[in-house]
Amino acid sequence: MPTLYYLYLSFALFFIGTAGVLLRRNALIVLMAIELQLNAGNLALLAFSRSLGDLKGHVFAFFVIALAAAEAAVGLAILVGMYRTRQTINLDEVATMKR
Amino acid sequence: MSFSLRLIPLLPFAGATVLLLFGRAFSRQWVHLIACLAIGTAFLVSADAFFTALPAAHESGGLHDIVWAWFASGDLKVDLAFRMDALSGVMCLIITFIGTLIHIYSAGYMSHEKDYARFFAYLNLFCGAMLILVLGDSLPVMFVGWEGVGLCSYLLIGFWYGQTANANAGKKAFITNRIGDFGFLLGMFLLFSATNTLDMPGINAAAKAGAAGLTEISWMGQPVAFWAALFLFVGAAGKSAQIPLYVWLPDAMAGPTPVSALIHAATMVTAGVYMVARLGALYLLSPAAMAIVALVGAATAIFAAIIGFAQNDFKKVLAYSTVSQLGFMFAGVGTGAFGSGVFHLYTHAFFKAGLFLCAGSVMHAMSGSGDITKMGGLGRKIPWTHRVFFVCWLAICGVPIFSGFFSKDAIVAGAFATHVFGESLSWVGPVVGTVLLLAALCTSFYMSRLYFLVFSGECRADHETQHHIHESPIEMVGPLVVLAVGAGLGGLIGFPGGLFGHEEWNLLGHWLEPVVGPELHIPHAVEVTVMAASTAVAFVGIFLARAFFGGGYREPAHQFARSMPGFVALVRDKFRVDELYNFFIVRPLRFVSRGLFVIVDRIVIDKAMVEVPAAIVGVFGRAARWFQAGDAQRYLATFAIGVAAIFYLATRPPAPDAFKVTIQGTAVDVDARGVAGTAGRTLLYDFDFEADGTVDRKGSSPTAHFVYEGTGTYVIRVTIKDPRWGTSTRLEQKVRIQ
Repeated sequence: MPTLYYLYLSFALFFIGTAGVLLRRNALIVLMAIELQLNAGNLALLAFSRSLGDLKGHVFAFFVIALAAAEAAVGLAILVGMYRTRQTINLDEVATMKR
Repeated sequence: MSFSLRLIPLLPFAGATVLLLFGRAFSRQWVHLIACLAIGTAFLVSADAFFTALPAAHESGGLHDIVWAWFASGDLKVDLAFRMDALSGVMCLIITFIGTLIHIYSAGYMSHEKDYARFFAYLNLFCGAMLILVLGDSLPVMFVGWEGVGLCSYLLIGFWYGQTANANAGKKAFITNRIGDFGFLLGMFLLFSATNTLDMPGINAAAKAGAAGLTEISWMGQPVAFWAALFLFVGAAGKSAQIPLYVWLPDAMAGPTPVSALIHAATMVTAGVYMVARLGALYLLSPAAMAIVALVGAATAIFAAIIGFAQNDFKKVLAYSTVSQLGFMFAGVGTGAFGSGVFHLYTHAFFKAGLFLCAGSVMHAMSGSGDITKMGGLGRKIPWTHRVFFVCWLAICGVPIFSGFFSKDAIVAGAFATHVFGESLSWVGPVVGTVLLLAALCTSFYMSRLYFLVFSGECRADHETQHHIHESPIEMVGPLVVLAVGAGLGGLIGFPGGLFGHEEWNLLGHWLEPVVGPELHIPHAVEVTVMAASTAVAFVGIFLARAFFGGGYREPAHQFARSMPGFVALVRDKFRVDELYNFFIVRPLRFVSRGLFVIVDRIVIDKAMVEVPAAIVGVFGRAARWFQAGDAQRYLATFAIGVAAIFYLATRPPAPDAFKVTIQGTAVDVDARGVAGTAGRTLLYDFDFEADGTVDRKGSSPTAHFVYEGTGTYVIRVTIKDPRWGTSTRLEQKVRIQ
């Protein structure tokens, strides 16, 4: 299969992820959407890696997976903390950065 | 010859500075000690300069002191420089001597006032500004003093600024003076353009030599000298209270009485006379300007004297008498008798300061009231004030031997004997002389009215006030007595010795000769006739006033008032000049200002220039607020948009600011190669040679060749595309095909 198809898929995933991050109000879903963006990036890395015959892309993908795990852990911890203090994980209700 | 002339104005300025900065911390004794010492020392320095240093320096144009180069621009070089010759020396002596007496007097007069230090600081400042004015060696330096006295008059007239009337009087003085100052500035500019210098000696030298720039006919058939002299005279009329700008002076009575004395005698109002005398050579160049000065002076002299007939406020009478006496001085300098004008300035300084300080003393005794209809019989109760007033009264009336007689006589005789007007204007001299004699009669009459109403007969004040009448303290009476001596005997300094074949008896004329030229030669017959006439009018005025007012209001006075009620009311209302100005100048000005306020200020500035931009910014602000909602997702969205925009800009094909076009006949060669960053990338170029939307050449070559069908101006449009990213850049360039 041509590399381009993988890239189309990667682009679609990243777009969906971005839309999810920007539009969803549930913090949990937003975390999931970020996960989707990261994986779209992974897919692009792998596709290029294969088409160029260079393993560095695979290595980067592993790094990204590790990073994503750490991000999920920290993000979920923040979510739990947020829920404890505010009884909600709706992002519209925690818009306190303006103050 | 050099002498530290700078000390003379510097001393009062130093006093003013110290008092303004620290005066509140000092006790009253220290305040008036500092102020009196400052001006008194200035007098001693002036006297030292005048009597010891100046006689040796007459040949070299007097003492000269350059403090520093003030500014230089092109041909214009102005030093902060002072010059004392006989004229400015005499002025300095008058200012500092009378000033010192007024300072001492004020220590008594103002002793119950708040703001003691502020008052003395202003007094010092006033004297300092006036000293700069007379000592300034060039017109700009003089102008600094000129403005300085204007400012100080404003500060002092409005000294009791708590009452609106006083504050308004201060403003009136300032604004009226500004009108005059504008004339002064115009005259100064004109003089510079004509003579290329602003130094007094330079201007006078140019005028004496009849410099072409001054004598050429320039406008409306008159030479530049006429216009310069006229504009400067407008300035002088403002400062010295001549028709039509005299209106501020009577209102200046709102200030404390010592201030009136200072303004009327030693400083400020004499500035105009001094300036005309200073630039005498310039005025002599233009008989027409001289005639205007003399006629305005004479008209003011009689006009103000008539107003003086019916004023019932002590200080108002004196104020109009000052206006009138200044008219005498201008008539003097206007007829070329500069020495006589300055002589009258000098004698007037003494007797008018004396009169005003007496007024202060009388008002002090009368619990602050200056209404002469409520006075009378004060001669016995305040004997020293009475004696001083008596001497000053005889002086201003022009009774022989007293100072006013000599100076007034010199002016009137000069007016009859002058030759400065030439053939066509020869009528001016006799007319001015006759008017002045009439004005002298009026002066004698209204001053005698004042004297009789205040000092003779029975007291018309209420019992309470009568009970409090008392002589003033020594620090007030002392200066009064000194002034009385000056007013009585001071005229001898300008004794018309020519009458007895001893020209050298005229000390003042002798002093002033190097500056203003020799005294006018007055034929024996004219001199004697004028003397007899002015003696006669002085006594006629006094006896007439005695018939009307001796010992209080008499039947003839009432009869006169009954027979011409309209005229009397008109005179009492000062010929309603203020109302006239109000109607023709103030009201239209207010109307225009109001219109400007409503249209320009409210609509153009407030609405169009303030509120509309504010609303526009507000709209943007409300839009921008959406991004600042504190919502992380919105921040992210803007971030994403920004990233996309940067990506687009970064991937646009690079292109030169302008591409290269080579024209040969109707053929053009275009090279639209980018400057950098195209390596390894294939770009597509669309050439549209007529910018009509039709692509004439396309492909990956950055160059193209095209032949136009005809001549004309065309716009070549090139669109460069990057096929990888789909971005593009468009460029246009205009070519002319001939």
